[in-house]
Amino acid sequence: MMRHLLSASDLSYEQALLILDTAQEMAKVSESSVKKLPTLRGRTIVNLFFEDSTRTRISFEAAAKRLSADVINFSAKGSSVSKGESLKDTAQTLQAMGADAVIIRHGSSGAAKRLADSHWTSGAVINAGDGTHEHPTQALLDAFTIRKHLHVGVGDLRGLTIAIVGDILHSRVARSNVILLSLLGAQVILVAPPTLLPLGVEAWPAQISYDLDSVLPQVDAVMMLRVQQERMADFFFPTAREYSHYFGLNRRRLSSLKSNAIIMHPGPMNRGLEITAEVADSARSVILEQVTNGVSVRMAVLYLLLAGAPSGDIEGSVQV
Amino acid sequence: MSVALPAVDISRALIRISHEIIEKNSGSDSIVLMGIPTRGAFLAQRLAQKISTIEGHQIPVGTLDITLHRDDLRMNPIRPLVPSLSPTGGIDGRDVILVDDVLFSGRTIRAALDALGDLGRPRSVQLAVLMDRGHRELPIRADYVGKNLPTSRSQVVKVHLTEIDGIDEVVLESEEVK
Repeated sequence: MMRHLLSASDLSYEQALLILDTAQEMAKVSESSVKKLPTLRGRTIVNLFFEDSTRTRISFEAAAKRLSADVINFSAKGSSVSKGESLKDTAQTLQAMGADAVIIRHGSSGAAKRLADSHWTSGAVINAGDGTHEHPTQALLDAFTIRKHLHVGVGDLRGLTIAIVGDILHSRVARSNVILLSLLGAQVILVAPPTLLPLGVEAWPAQISYDLDSVLPQVDAVMMLRVQQERMADFFFPTAREYSHYFGLNRRRLSSLKSNAIIMHPGPMNRGLEITAEVADSARSVILEQVTNGVSVRMAVLYLLLAGAPSGDIEGSVQV
Repeated sequence: MSVALPAVDISRALIRISHEIIEKNSGSDSIVLMGIPTRGAFLAQRLAQKISTIEGHQIPVGTLDITLHRDDLRMNPIRPLVPSLSPTGGIDGRDVILVDDVLFSGRTIRAALDALGDLGRPRSVQLAVLMDRGHRELPIRADYVGKNLPTSRSQVVKVHLTEIDGIDEVVLESEEVK
């Protein structure tokens, strides 16, 4: 296993499957009566969050605690960052406190890589979202959820078609998902207005469509992205109402899906904008399950990055 | 390399252990077999099969992956997890018989006892092993032993089972001088 998890493109096909298989075992812990394992006892994990987050931070915290690690939560608000402290000084401070892993979310793309490439911290670095770049654990939990529902929890995602709909331009979730889902053999279709597609998207391993209605009947899963109003200084579409009309998931569009297709959303949702409340709460929606699976997937990542001897490789069983 | 236990002796030992388990527990109504992967899981399946044949009813059998409870995780490269299988009816109030291939330091069994505690509260826990090679590092002993094999620490005991290795035999290897 590698030392850090910075991007979905760091993962080989085998590593991606190993994480999903490990997560499957971790899920059993979350279901058992004692939701705790001694595996990472005595290790310190820092949640270094320069941007707001509910589910990702809590999910990593729950994952670390279920493996008995100590968790330190750091959020930029109310810390010395608001006094102008740099990433370097913050990271070195955490290093001096003995962090074995740093889970970082930052508004700047590449912040996680900057931290991993520096000598500011000796711990493992896990990217929990950097700017509009990547969010690899979200892609892993999405792949896990899709596999569980449509491939009974085994193997890769070959033969499946997945639509990712909405604000692709600002979405680190979409970028990580395109990389990971195509690595696992799924076919990805991006659906968005041309203004919300990034430059160079033609080179991504995905098809592009501007027409949601023609795409829906052929997909096995549809992933709705949040319209990121806080990143929108410019006008990307005329009105919210027009966006909903062309790219929102509503009852009519729900009925055009295959009977076993699932509806996903990385959260937080703008109910009434990209997805109606009725669809979000429907039986086809696996949005809350994604949250549950997120804990299992993050337990798997923490286990694989932290539990073994430093710089170790995967090995078979040995006699003890 | 020498063969410590040929196929016919493995089969004999398992039949004897099956009878001992029934005798010690005055029947088989309360017992649950839990195999420790990889080879302990197959041995548990075989024992359950034999006990079921003798007793005329199915014996619950499960597997217990103890990787996440090991105390030597930091000393070795990462191990992939093995799917664990809960026995039907759970383990609460049952007599759980842990099954492993080789008993050596006792650390695997210590980890297994911790892992069992997370699954429930058995009435008793017993231990069945195919080979006991000595060199215990913890106060742990087996209730049922296929064969006691005196070894030196540098030797390696390898259990091969048809389910995974294509052949039933136990071999004793002396570590090569590098």
